[in-house]
Amino acid sequence: MGPFDTSRVAVPGEPGATPPKLRTGLRSRHLLSVGDLEGDEISLIFDTAEAMKEIELRPIKKVPALRGKTIVNLFYEPSTRTRTSFEIAEKRLSADSLNVAVAGSSMVKGETLFDTARNLEAMAPDMIVLRHQASGAPFQLASICRAGVINAGDGMHEHPTQALLDGFTIRAHKGQIAGLKIAIVGDLLHSRVFRSNLLLLRALGAEVWVCGPPTLIPPGIERFGVTATTRLDEAAEGADVIMMLRIQRERMLGQFVPSLREYFMVYGLTVERVERAKPDVIIMHPGPMNRGVEIASEVADGPYSVMLDQVANGVAVRMAVLYLLAGNPDEM
Amino acid sequence: MKILLKGGRVVDPAASRDTVCDVLIDGAVVEQVGSGLRTDGAAVVEVPPGCVVCPGFIDMHVHLREPGQEHKETIATGTTAAVAGGFTSVACMPNTQPVNDQAGTTELILARAEAAGQARVYPIGAVSRESKGKQLADFAELRAAGCVAVSDDGQPVADALLMRRALEYASSFDMLLIDHCEDPALRGGVAHEGYQASALGLRGLPGVAEELIVERDVTLAGLVGAPVHIAHISVRGALRAVRSGKERNIPVTCEVTPHHFILTDEMLKNYDTNAKMNPPLREAADRDAMLQGLADGSVDAIATDHAPHHYDEKAVEFDRAPFGITGLETAVALSLDRLVQHDVVSLSRLVELCSTNPARILGVAGGSLEVGSPADLTVLAPDARTIVDVKTMRSKAKNTPFDGWELHGGVAATIVSGRVLYVNDAVTGAEVFASIGESIPGESAK
Repeated sequence: MGPFDTSRVAVPGEPGATPPKLRTGLRSRHLLSVGDLEGDEISLIFDTAEAMKEIELRPIKKVPALRGKTIVNLFYEPSTRTRTSFEIAEKRLSADSLNVAVAGSSMVKGETLFDTARNLEAMAPDMIVLRHQASGAPFQLASICRAGVINAGDGMHEHPTQALLDGFTIRAHKGQIAGLKIAIVGDLLHSRVFRSNLLLLRALGAEVWVCGPPTLIPPGIERFGVTATTRLDEAAEGADVIMMLRIQRERMLGQFVPSLREYFMVYGLTVERVERAKPDVIIMHPGPMNRGVEIASEVADGPYSVMLDQVANGVAVRMAVLYLLAGNPDEM
Repeated sequence: MKILLKGGRVVDPAASRDTVCDVLIDGAVVEQVGSGLRTDGAAVVEVPPGCVVCPGFIDMHVHLREPGQEHKETIATGTTAAVAGGFTSVACMPNTQPVNDQAGTTELILARAEAAGQARVYPIGAVSRESKGKQLADFAELRAAGCVAVSDDGQPVADALLMRRALEYASSFDMLLIDHCEDPALRGGVAHEGYQASALGLRGLPGVAEELIVERDVTLAGLVGAPVHIAHISVRGALRAVRSGKERNIPVTCEVTPHHFILTDEMLKNYDTNAKMNPPLREAADRDAMLQGLADGSVDAIATDHAPHHYDEKAVEFDRAPFGITGLETAVALSLDRLVQHDVVSLSRLVELCSTNPARILGVAGGSLEVGSPADLTVLAPDARTIVDVKTMRSKAKNTPFDGWELHGGVAATIVSGRVLYVNDAVTGAEVFASIGESIPGESAK
């Protein structure tokens, strides 16, 4: 058994699953890994996110659900999308939020993560949203914190809210996730988006294919419960969803691929390759994307692309997670 | 002063002995071993039931951190930890600050060890100056100052030509070459490359990085006919290379640590930095291969790779934590529990792995209770219960993944050069050892 063995998870609402108990909150006060969520909790997050989307349609996009709650966004890595998404979600829920950005270099010579966290804790926040370059940092933080911890991306490990917003987006387009062929393509080795999505999509019953150059497929992939291929055409064939991963140019210097030009030739998602997928395929990307490296602009800007939906849903899903972890149920 | 250890089970594989008999110590040496020895003039100690008298255990791979990193460990605390763990001698690696690559540093280590008066210390000198892998250190000078072996431990000897010349040159001074086998081009990770590291998002250290260099070292040792000792072997491919070398009569030996024959990379799940070491905890098939090697004789020694670190250094993100765990105070109890109690090896084979073979491989005194041997004795209590508790450890460092473990087996007493330096008052009857020799005033096992 490992964190990716998700066969034990029953999925409410999916065929064959036991009827769900009515849930009004999450079992843990932290969100560290998608693997910690039971199927009924994922459904609850999605359903709550639907309600949150409704708030966005109001003239005044604000509810008092987290009034009086203090949330610290503690970011050890630069992030635009995830940080602003959390921040907007927090503001719409009336939380008092503050951003602490710690540059990588000052971390090396300065205070440790744990001392920083203890100092923040002394100011009694209710939640800490942590983005950190070291895998596992949120787990270590949660073990010493009274505040709830949300993992906003840890190293090469996980990015749970990204997977939740991706799953939510897929459900919105496809109705359900069970039985879909979903291809995840690109730099799997370094991708926390891949790891969280894999846990989520398998828990919800998708058939997951992964594709990338052999140098970027994690060792031990045979135990991940996916079909791995180095041929993009195979992964794309008949796919309902193609999820492209970002190629991190700075990481490719270690000879993972000969050149970005060759990468695009072999693994870039082009219109021709998209045509192998189902006619109603959706194309996803967690951003920020490299046009002409992992994805052709015609595809990124084309009719199948749901990338901006992902961004929009990110706010609703993060509102749902924050609300379920820290909210006052009476104040929606 | 003479001490007669009377009526205990004595296990001494070097003398093919595993019987109940007496051991007579005269000062710093073993005077006689046999049944019904005369007691006149000697302080008589009736060995408590269940205790086993063995030649002193020798840990051929420790880091004592002094000089230069005394916040982690000192020679005094490290050697005190050694006797509390049942080791009468330790061989310390040269990766101190400065590196032990010249006589002055070796002499300082030996002087501090002498002053501490605990376990014997055998310094290991560097293969290359500052262990940088460029230029050979002065082996003859190191030998004359008291080094018994050379190693760049922590770093592999990356350059095959330097390795070849080091092997050739060291053997002319009867110095063993000990190599930390890891292909530097395949380094850069923090955990064993495989499913667990992939699932946890940790960069991998592949097992073949070890295997490749072991193959190279065995091949070079065969070429020049000089002995090589493989430090902390951890993967099955590396062990296969050692076996193959032995079959070809190449003088290769190897050691394995308790954590590599007990733990696997499943331990990493909580990102516990006390499960981070190099070589890393491997997968179950490798762990099982280590047990097989201990049982079938292809592994020569158990060594701890005792690597103390300050609490603060380990209380960081997994990626940033230094490699290494302590081992001196847990190794013997772990071995008794996991190897002897679980019938992987006999008690006699365990003594071979912890005493007889390390003495032979390093070419140092001890490893036997033959007449004239140093009076270094480890008294085991194979049926005692040991609860690992970092709070009571003698080492300055507390970085062990075994805290809280309950083990079947322990150390009853440790005697170095005829002096009782450790008595475990958790072992029933062991207090008889405290009544003799120059036990440390005020010292108690708790």
